[in-house]
Amino acid sequence: MTTFWTIWISVITLGSIAGCYFLLRWTLANKTGVKEGESMGHEFDGIVEINNQLPRWWTIMFYITIVWGLAYLALYPGLGSYKGLLGWQSSNQGILTLEESEQKLQASIESGALIQYDREIKFANEKFDPIFAEYAKIDVETLATDPQHAEALKVGQRLFLQNCAQCHGSDARGQNGGFPNLTDDDWLYGGSGAKIVETLQRGRNAVMPAWIDAFGEDGIAEVVEYTLSLSGRQVDQELAAKGKTRFMACAACHGMDGKGNQMMGAPNLTDNVWLYGGSKRSVTETLTYGRNGVMPAFSKTLGDDKIHVVASYIYSLSNK
Amino acid sequence: MKNPHEIIEKNVGLLTVLVLFAIALGAMAQITPLMYQQQTMEPVKGLTPYTALQMEGRDIYIREGCVGCHSQMIRPFRAETERYGHYSVAGESVWERPFLWGSKRTGPDLARVGNRYSDEWHRVHLLNPRNVVPESNMPGYPWLAENTLDGELTAKKLELFRDFGVPYTDEDIAGAKAAVQGKTEMQALIAYLQSLGTHLK
Repeated sequence: MTTFWTIWISVITLGSIAGCYFLLRWTLANKTGVKEGESMGHEFDGIVEINNQLPRWWTIMFYITIVWGLAYLALYPGLGSYKGLLGWQSSNQGILTLEESEQKLQASIESGALIQYDREIKFANEKFDPIFAEYAKIDVETLATDPQHAEALKVGQRLFLQNCAQCHGSDARGQNGGFPNLTDDDWLYGGSGAKIVETLQRGRNAVMPAWIDAFGEDGIAEVVEYTLSLSGRQVDQELAAKGKTRFMACAACHGMDGKGNQMMGAPNLTDNVWLYGGSKRSVTETLTYGRNGVMPAFSKTLGDDKIHVVASYIYSLSNK
Repeated sequence: MKNPHEIIEKNVGLLTVLVLFAIALGAMAQITPLMYQQQTMEPVKGLTPYTALQMEGRDIYIREGCVGCHSQMIRPFRAETERYGHYSVAGESVWERPFLWGSKRTGPDLARVGNRYSDEWHRVHLLNPRNVVPESNMPGYPWLAENTLDGELTAKKLELFRDFGVPYTDEDIAGAKAAVQGKTEMQALIAYLQSLGTHLK
């Protein structure tokens, strides 16, 4: 803040406080021309206004607020670029990049500067980091299944509700429309601890291409019949047979047997678990327009140690 | 004159002027200097102006009253930054007119909702929030998927913001109408939401 604005703010602020003080002094003196305790000369329905002093307790409180205000301005940053005797600051508001923010945070944690937010982070880190570090030493599978770590799963559930429930539901059963159920044993990218961690860290981007141009409407209908037959549904055999030849194109991802491929997140089509609905209409829509499933990456949001705990919670849901 | 205070007491016009003066002092000390601070004028690194589509989305956000239930202001408390991400800084709002910080959170803060969910999630959620979050009490906005934008005023909006100091190029403005024409309001709103807060993420 430039000197001009510092002076501007200081003059107005201190001037106002001084103004309040003089106004108080001025109104305390009796200038009415009426003696104390006597009538001011008007009366309504027998109620008379009497010239009384301002109450003493009220006057004292007024003085206290003035002193309080001045003390506050001396201790805290209130007057332009003056930083206050305490050196207090709420946060690093002036940062322009995340890196800069991180550097300033580290610097103030090290120097012990009185930056409110940074202090809060420092205390929280001191308290929680060792706990998460302890959990990080235990592998996901053990953390998820060993009853002695029930506490960790509670933490994991909290984090899940905060960050994952919006798509996967608070019960983790997912939603139709591309939000997978995490409580069953059907995994798109693999259900080992390491794979779940990988999914959480890096996110996933699943692309099912649109086939309308390659297959045409009739072709789509054939492939739909064949696809539904894979999970044992009653279908039109003739169409399904035609669809089977076209399924060669689908096999690149879903495999010749339609059992999917966890390397690329291609769903298993034989298990009657449907990400976008298993009705003929839904499957037709999927084939016609394609689908694009996005799992966001949580590396930056949560950090590796917390991801480890969330992964354990997710693992525990299908491995009781 | 026996009692000079009586002049003010018995003259409402004068009293009003003096009250306004007292309030103006506060504004002059608190608001005026902020308008000239580097911190409130310098954009954060990588801040980009809203695209034409995002700008239309922003107007839909305003029209539908989203700001009544969603704030866009992450305060510097750990409880907030753990949930929403880095606290909001002044440099992110330099091109916001008016800002949509809001003051009420019936729903969550949206200052960094960009890239948090997929476009598809937003589509499903805006049609009927309970399709993805059964506990939600947010209303559905199904008409957004049906209304399309004609883009008649889009260029004008960008021009106006350029007058405010947002660095739009002539090409941005020339292409504004074509960029939004025929798009649904849903697409515009999602484009806007996906842009929120991403430069400090």
